[in-house]
Amino acid sequence: MADDTKTKDQSDVRRTRLIVDAETKPILPRHIKLRHDKGRDVWLILAPERVYDPDDIAVEVLKLCDGKRSVTDIAKHLAEQYQAPKTEIANDIISMLQDLSDKGVISA
Amino acid sequence: MTGMAPATKIENADPTCALAPVGLLAELTHRCPLQCSYCSNPLEMERPNTELSTSEWQSVMHQAGEMGVLQLHLSGGEPTARKDLEEILESAVKAGLYTNLITAGVLLNKERLQKLADIGLDHVQLSIQDVDPANADIISNYKGGAQKKREVARWVREIGLPLTVNAPLHRMNIENLPNIIDYAVEVGAERLEVAHIQYYAWALKNRAALMPTHEAFMKTVDIIKEAKERLKGILVFDFVLPDYYAKYPKPCMGGWASGLLSITPSGKVLPCHASESIPGLKFDNVKDKSLLDIWMEGNAFQAFRGTDWMKEPCRSCDRKEIDFGGCRCQAYALTGDATNTDPACSLSPFHEEWAKIADEEAHKEPPPVVFRRMGGAGKKDNIPQTEPAE
Repeated sequence: MADDTKTKDQSDVRRTRLIVDAETKPILPRHIKLRHDKGRDVWLILAPERVYDPDDIAVEVLKLCDGKRSVTDIAKHLAEQYQAPKTEIANDIISMLQDLSDKGVISA
Repeated sequence: MTGMAPATKIENADPTCALAPVGLLAELTHRCPLQCSYCSNPLEMERPNTELSTSEWQSVMHQAGEMGVLQLHLSGGEPTARKDLEEILESAVKAGLYTNLITAGVLLNKERLQKLADIGLDHVQLSIQDVDPANADIISNYKGGAQKKREVARWVREIGLPLTVNAPLHRMNIENLPNIIDYAVEVGAERLEVAHIQYYAWALKNRAALMPTHEAFMKTVDIIKEAKERLKGILVFDFVLPDYYAKYPKPCMGGWASGLLSITPSGKVLPCHASESIPGLKFDNVKDKSLLDIWMEGNAFQAFRGTDWMKEPCRSCDRKEIDFGGCRCQAYALTGDATNTDPACSLSPFHEEWAKIADEEAHKEPPPVVFRRMGGAGKKDNIPQTEPAE
């Protein structure tokens, strides 16, 4: 079905899948907007043709996704804040960010 | 955290905002260089001299932001046919709206696209008619569109805007779905919207020429399923099913007057862009009333809001708040009563015959299409058939 040979000259614009691991430095792309909606009193993610309502933990993680902190840094920060085991938090973050990345909400 | 956040279901919200629509579809103009025979615009399109002025659209954007609208879809016709698109966009950005340009692309140049990005445009949705240039010309009755669109897609990427490719699917291009998916990957799109066309307005008029067979439809389901898995993290799919072959109707607009509204080029405010096809509804204009008043109390919005208007089998159905009885416009167009269950629902007494007619049409030799153009639809009872593209 996919004919990979015919468009090799255009391969530079093709996207690749981001695999999130402990070293990934996640960031919200410019066109993804995490914002607190005053009128509705909720945090929302505005994305192309989608509005997501992230839960509290997701909001905490997303606020820390600045392209400088790695997943490990974020996990460490939250582990201290919530006095929870770092490895467990890191694993949860990785699976959450992988899902968000597959939805186009996170890049690195 | 999946899907749309319906504003009506968010608790602890400011009372007005809690009921506010999530999305606004602004049909800036019905002018369009393309003449696709499945266009979602009404058969009787609004003339350029009736279009809202720049400042009237700017006021709409301001009001939309104030009342809690989150996303703005700048559409048409072809929205870039408005020379003041930049000024309207600027007001929308200032109002805090997430801005989406829904365009055919053929009127754009790179400078203008860059300018729109600089103003704060968030996202571009580019339509394609087919990946085969000759077939795309036939479908849109417009020469050279496919090549231009590829160029536009490249500019979008170069400028750094996110791109959705939107490919309406029907009998004339359904076989090319695998190539359409490849195309979206090649141009670096983040999203691909593969929408089996919905049969209202022009598409309903041209149904016999556009309806795919059930077999062809089922094939697209498999193709999308495979591609979704293969392209995970590379391309996000939005796949709209044709409700002629469905068991239950789609939750049209997420429920009438629940989360979305639409404004015509002349300023009429509609619960959905096709709702003018239902006789008896009174549509207010942004020139006469505030957008908030119209949304909250307008006749057309109240007509089918909630579930009180429903008849059987909807009234006692446990899916009534899942699919809201489907589409009011389709219920009217095909059964003559807008409060009937959408015939797309297998529980509708009209369903069986209706689905059969569609599949029969799909197996016959297609008639020539009626291209979308101002005044092109002719009288309702006397449907003239124009010649296909030269």
